[in-house]
Amino acid sequence: MTEEKIPDYKKDKKRVDGRKMDELRPISIKVGVLPNADGSAYLEWGQNKVYAAVHGPREALPKHTQNPYKAVVKVNYRMTTFSVPERKQPRPNRRDMEISKVLGEALDKVIFTEQFPNTEISVYVEVIDSNAGSRVACLTAASCALANAGIPMRDLVAATGIGKAFGELIVDLDKNEEDAPDAVDIPFGIMPNSGEIVLLQMDGLLTKEEWDKLVPMGMKACADVYAVQKKALQEKFSLSEVSEKNVEAVIEAKPKQDKEAKAKTDAKTEKKDSKAKKVRK
Amino acid sequence: MRQTILENDLSKVVELAKQGKRLDGRAFDEMRDFTIELGKCENAEGSARIMLGQTELIAGIKMGVDKPYPDSPDEGAISVGAELIPLAHSEYESGPPSFDEIEVARVVDRGIRESKSIDFAKLCIKEGEAVWVAFMDFYPMNADGNLFDAGAIAGLAAFMSAKVPKLNDKNKIIKHEYEGKLELKRMPLLTSFVKVGGKIMVDATYVEEKAAEARFSVSTTEDGYMAAMQKGMGGSFSVDEINYMIDKAFVIGAETRKKLLKQMKQ
Repeated sequence: MTEEKIPDYKKDKKRVDGRKMDELRPISIKVGVLPNADGSAYLEWGQNKVYAAVHGPREALPKHTQNPYKAVVKVNYRMTTFSVPERKQPRPNRRDMEISKVLGEALDKVIFTEQFPNTEISVYVEVIDSNAGSRVACLTAASCALANAGIPMRDLVAATGIGKAFGELIVDLDKNEEDAPDAVDIPFGIMPNSGEIVLLQMDGLLTKEEWDKLVPMGMKACADVYAVQKKALQEKFSLSEVSEKNVEAVIEAKPKQDKEAKAKTDAKTEKKDSKAKKVRK
Repeated sequence: MRQTILENDLSKVVELAKQGKRLDGRAFDEMRDFTIELGKCENAEGSARIMLGQTELIAGIKMGVDKPYPDSPDEGAISVGAELIPLAHSEYESGPPSFDEIEVARVVDRGIRESKSIDFAKLCIKEGEAVWVAFMDFYPMNADGNLFDAGAIAGLAAFMSAKVPKLNDKNKIIKHEYEGKLELKRMPLLTSFVKVGGKIMVDATYVEEKAAEARFSVSTTEDGYMAAMQKGMGGSFSVDEINYMIDKAFVIGAETRKKLLKQMKQ
């Protein structure tokens, strides 16, 4: 192995992959990609690639899992065997289970679960490629899939990683940064409209002062994530029938019509005026 | 719910079949069109995503170093796994491997393994000590029937595009460095048929599979061999029917192979 120089972000002023400290990796979301599901989304976030599918609300089975007052939100977070550098064992491990639990709890808050007693809303997320931050990628995709399924929600959930690596506070850690000696990783998910936190985990050593600086960075980054989510949903719903070009054409055509109409009415009024003038004459 | 639509469709599928028709208007011996996308998963040594009609499936390869089996100290191995994840269909359940997922994985595995297209001796690193094991796993993302053929096509494409990692002197994998490509001598492809209302049709959709009495899959190579066969489900086939399907499989397999190669070159 060649000896690698440990980066120093305070000195370098930029990150290993060239990003600024508060810059996200590129994110793209496509909504409604899986016809079998009631709602779905495919998301690419840097190297992370995840699918999310929603089935339900449907009868919760076995029966004892039903809640007569609300729907049960169940998230199943899984990774394909080839989504990680070293092959993952196919069966779910403790990490998969824990992530499934916290993601489900994060989504539970935004769904009007009280509208669907005795049902289960199943959310399946599958990671097909990963590079740190797959759980926040999954949460972001899952909330889009829920909206796509038409499930009534208070808000979306936008999430990102925040934390620290190589001496600086940063947003959206990648694998290099997650492996830094001073790494702090905080999966951070909010409801963008209220700013309330629905997902929060942390590992690493952090001071209260650093935390205070990180929160606004996380809020800002989540707002950026939210913008991508909204755009993806708008693309699916508002423009699914009419292509963007057509809409532009309609918008352009409208003022033209107005102008013609105006010209006609102008001409009429002119005529009237001239008539009036004639009469007056 | 989607299942109720399906129930109504079952009798329709059988009725149409008797009239020589299919729900989506295809001929009985017509495969759905497919597209392949390679290298989607960067952590995999090889990967392929196939869209076969509305069936979407992803196959990926991980190369691992392991001890050889005692009875073949100079040979590597392949391992094929499938997971019918509940993301892909509301009827799939999570839990221990089901009979269905084990069957589809093993049939796809045999199609590739028994065609002898991968030379296991070439996967030997050091006799008796270390060999390569190529793990191919596939997952449907949207299951609309014929995961057998979709898995075999995507699996083959993933194998054909797989890279072999470089090793250090302790036989540990060096990340992001590769020795070369995994070599395949043949291109075995599975072709699956179902019998619905007494009629035989290729590349069944989910509804057609639900309505089917019996299923038959055969793996064919470009040089005229069959590498694996599997009859599935409760019904039966006559010898004539089997012969008809084998003949068709060679023709359809050749077309699929041509399409796959064309797409892989792009």
